[in-house]
Amino acid sequence: MEQEIILKKENQGFAIIKPLTNFFKVKFEKDNVLKFLKKTGITLISILLFLAFWHFGSKALYNKEATYKIEKALAEQGQAAAEAEKACIASRDSSCQPNTLPSPSQVWASFQSLIADHYLIKNKKQAFADKLATTNEKLVAQGKEAIVYTGRASFVDTVLTSIKTVFAGFLLAMIIAVPLGIFIGLSPSLRSAFNWFIQIFKPVSPVVWYLLVFMIVKTIYIGASSDNAFVISFISVGLCAMWATLVNTAMGVSSVDKDYINVAKVLKLGTFQKVFKVILPSSLPLIFTGLRITLSVAWMVLIAIELLAQSPGLGLFVWEEFQNGANDSNSKIIVAMFVIGIIGFLLDRLMLTVQQMVSFNKNEGI
Amino acid sequence: MAYLELKNVSKTYHQGKDNTEVLSNINLKIEEGEFVAIVGFTGSGKTTLVNLINGLIKPTSGEVLFKGEPVVGTSHERGVIFQNYSLLPWLTVFQNIAMAVKEAFPKENKAQIKNRVESYVEMVGLTHAIYKRPKELSGGMRQRVAVARALAMKPEMIIMDEPLGALDALTRGNLQDEILNIWNQDKRTALLITNDVDEGIYMADRIIPLKPGPKATLGPEFKINIARPRDKTALNDNADFKKTRNEIITYLMAIGDDRKSVSAQQYSLPDLTPKSFVSQF
Ligand SMILES: Nc1ncnc2c1ncn2[C@@H]1O[C@H](COP(=O)(O)OP(=O)(O)OP(=O)(O)O)[C@@H](O)[C@H]1O
Ligand SMILES: [Mg+2]
Repeated sequence: MEQEIILKKENQGFAIIKPLTNFFKVKFEKDNVLKFLKKTGITLISILLFLAFWHFGSKALYNKEATYKIEKALAEQGQAAAEAEKACIASRDSSCQPNTLPSPSQVWASFQSLIADHYLIKNKKQAFADKLATTNEKLVAQGKEAIVYTGRASFVDTVLTSIKTVFAGFLLAMIIAVPLGIFIGLSPSLRSAFNWFIQIFKPVSPVVWYLLVFMIVKTIYIGASSDNAFVISFISVGLCAMWATLVNTAMGVSSVDKDYINVAKVLKLGTFQKVFKVILPSSLPLIFTGLRITLSVAWMVLIAIELLAQSPGLGLFVWEEFQNGANDSNSKIIVAMFVIGIIGFLLDRLMLTVQQMVSFNKNEGI
Repeated sequence: MAYLELKNVSKTYHQGKDNTEVLSNINLKIEEGEFVAIVGFTGSGKTTLVNLINGLIKPTSGEVLFKGEPVVGTSHERGVIFQNYSLLPWLTVFQNIAMAVKEAFPKENKAQIKNRVESYVEMVGLTHAIYKRPKELSGGMRQRVAVARALAMKPEMIIMDEPLGALDALTRGNLQDEILNIWNQDKRTALLITNDVDEGIYMADRIIPLKPGPKATLGPEFKINIARPRDKTALNDNADFKKTRNEIITYLMAIGDDRKSVSAQQYSLPDLTPKSFVSQF
């Protein structure tokens, strides 16, 4: 018989969507409509307030920098230069724009241009592939490597790279931390053996993990031509983020309710049965709490690690835009910020939903 | 040689610097095929006594002998119905019971195990809920699952720790009869912990009170000489029944009063236990 996991009837993971779905399911009772309007209304108002605050804030910053530029031109080069500067700023010419916090509309424009850019690059890639299709076939037939497109990655590609990296890191963390946590939780002597190890390595910063992984992977890959940035970044992310899962798994396994242990004893379950039918299911909620923390930590440290590893993800995108200093760089950085935030939020919701599926109340069987 | 024997058994719990001797000098003999009930006040150490017998804990001093051998750990020969049901919340009713059946009958195939589980689920009247999880069941339904799980293992001796406490009178009566049936069929031995004197008299051959703790000991036993099968409805008019019941309740009230007067200075105890016996008159 399968060891099933409790499925909660009600999922609160996507709570934000719930009022919406309820709204369409339930009859249009006046109460419901009012409740819905109130809830969405408050959210909408707060978003508008936020945008207004941002808009006027960025405008103030813009004006401050513009005024400073004009005054500087006046002081250094005289009246004519100041007039020219003023005209230049007013004309929205990109060469003399103040380089400050972009306004919401600028960010939105950048977002659209990033998406347009993505389709442009996609088409280029396709054209490239079409053009080289026959050549590549020949190359492969001859046992040589096919020629691949090595042009600039689009914004969407960087997002996908980041998601790929974070999932690879998360999987690595899971593969290491869950089994290790189970062993540590089961054996008190292993627990004392590993305690110092966990205490020392848990607080180490992502940058240092990156350097450590870099030292090792670089040597392993020595002489190989392939790019190891992805490998280095996902391993660093995994090692950096796995501690919450390790600690939670060990804690869950070592603190199984005494009643369940008594049941296992009275039924005289073998070690295997005891671990897989009693101890693990009862620690699943804690394990998944750990995995949820791991995923959010992984996403958070990913940006810094990609930057260091020069892995073509969001981290590198942000860094390059900052270095670039082009006119729309700042708004692209803000776009990336929102994308990072939204993806992080969605990942967390995903884990919360899974976590609620496997959780049970300790008193349910008692 | 008695089937189960407790010789001068004492149990002390250590908690930090605190030592509480919960049970002191318990002597008990149960013969094979007997049905013994122990009645006692809440917190007097009934569950502790049950755990000593089923092998979950060891006595601090004295011996627990099962068929002449000291009890070391648990055994399938002694089935337990836990007071707090202790079902595994991530398993369905079926899975909870099947887990026990598989351990008790390792040689049986899937179909045989399924049959066994289903028949016991039917016995406790939960066929409609067989694929539900404990959290979807009421307290009484959970208790019935726990009863089915213990009985389905067909233990030689059934140890029951207040197994029917959360049930309504009707279900309670049915399950009492089922337990008696199973006990009677294969002439098994049974130990029932209960706080209901009527239940004890209806089911047991002997009733032994456990005095209030700490240092709880067993009181004098009361033999129930009513012929089996006993008829619940006729029991109320049975002179033997009335007499025994009066004796037991008088005894319990006396030791309950003792306890109250002894402990009144230290802390106030809820005086509901003696009263609940009285209210049954
Ligand atoms: N593991 C333990 N550690 C310390 N003290 C304990 C432990 N288990 C029980 N006790 C104490 O021993 C005493 C008897 O507990 P026990 O559970 O055996 O009582 P009980 O008669 O079964 O009560 P109830 O009728 O409420 O089920 C209580 O005072 C309790 O606090
Ligand atoms: Mg108890």
